[in-house]
Amino acid sequence: MSEFKVTIRPRDNNIHVLELKGYLDAHTTPVLEDAFQQMLNEKKYRLIVNCRELTYISSAGLGVFMAFIEDVRANTGDIKLSDMTPKVFNIFDLLGFPMLYDIVPAEEEAAHKFGNNA
Amino acid sequence: MTAARTYRAALSIPSQTERLNDVREFVAGLARTHGFSEDDINKITIAVDEACTNIIKHGYNYSPDEQIDVEIIRTGAAFEIVIADRGKQFDPNAIQTPDMKDYFQHYRRGGLGVFLMKKIMDKVEFDLHRDRNVLRMIKTLP
Repeated sequence: MSEFKVTIRPRDNNIHVLELKGYLDAHTTPVLEDAFQQMLNEKKYRLIVNCRELTYISSAGLGVFMAFIEDVRANTGDIKLSDMTPKVFNIFDLLGFPMLYDIVPAEEEAAHKFGNNA
Repeated sequence: MTAARTYRAALSIPSQTERLNDVREFVAGLARTHGFSEDDINKITIAVDEACTNIIKHGYNYSPDEQIDVEIIRTGAAFEIVIADRGKQFDPNAIQTPDMKDYFQHYRRGGLGVFLMKKIMDKVEFDLHRDRNVLRMIKTLP
């Protein structure tokens, strides 16, 4: 049963996109943790999380973003989130996550915000 | 005069995170049948997910062979979810509501489940019945 999947896709300006698919709960968070850890190990800190196919998130999933954002920003990078469905955005919003994270409608916009100084 | 009819449905799962999806489908299906909006259905589902996750994690300390009982009771406009377990006592009302500004400033982690449950549901109550922990959450139909 493949309930959650992360696909890592490199794009321009040294940016890496993590495409999330399925549901992110207490059972599937290790998959996303591994993907972020892989990025940190490879010193890739310019990250976009594309949530287009993310169908569900609970607080366990939100916790993964909290676990990695500090390290990523300490290395002058960022985790930007894009393409959320309203259902998923509502949960991020309910807890005030837009205060801490750059959440934009489209991946292109997130990439643009990183600028060119790779 | 007749009293409001009560509707009940129940599901039991073993204490395993891979069974959370079964609980979510069960709750979402019933919330839909009883007339909640898609936004409310998603939120109610998350509240139940958070409660069961806490039981698996803190109540049963990830022991996979224990049991969680979920019951839905609809009476009038009240959609009640009763979640029972026999693990370590865990009272969500004893958990302090996090200050999200401080939470983000210090990159804190965890502890958001109870906050979500309380934010989403109209009522969250905890009782200890003999050796059973019983969590009741109520959402009122619009």
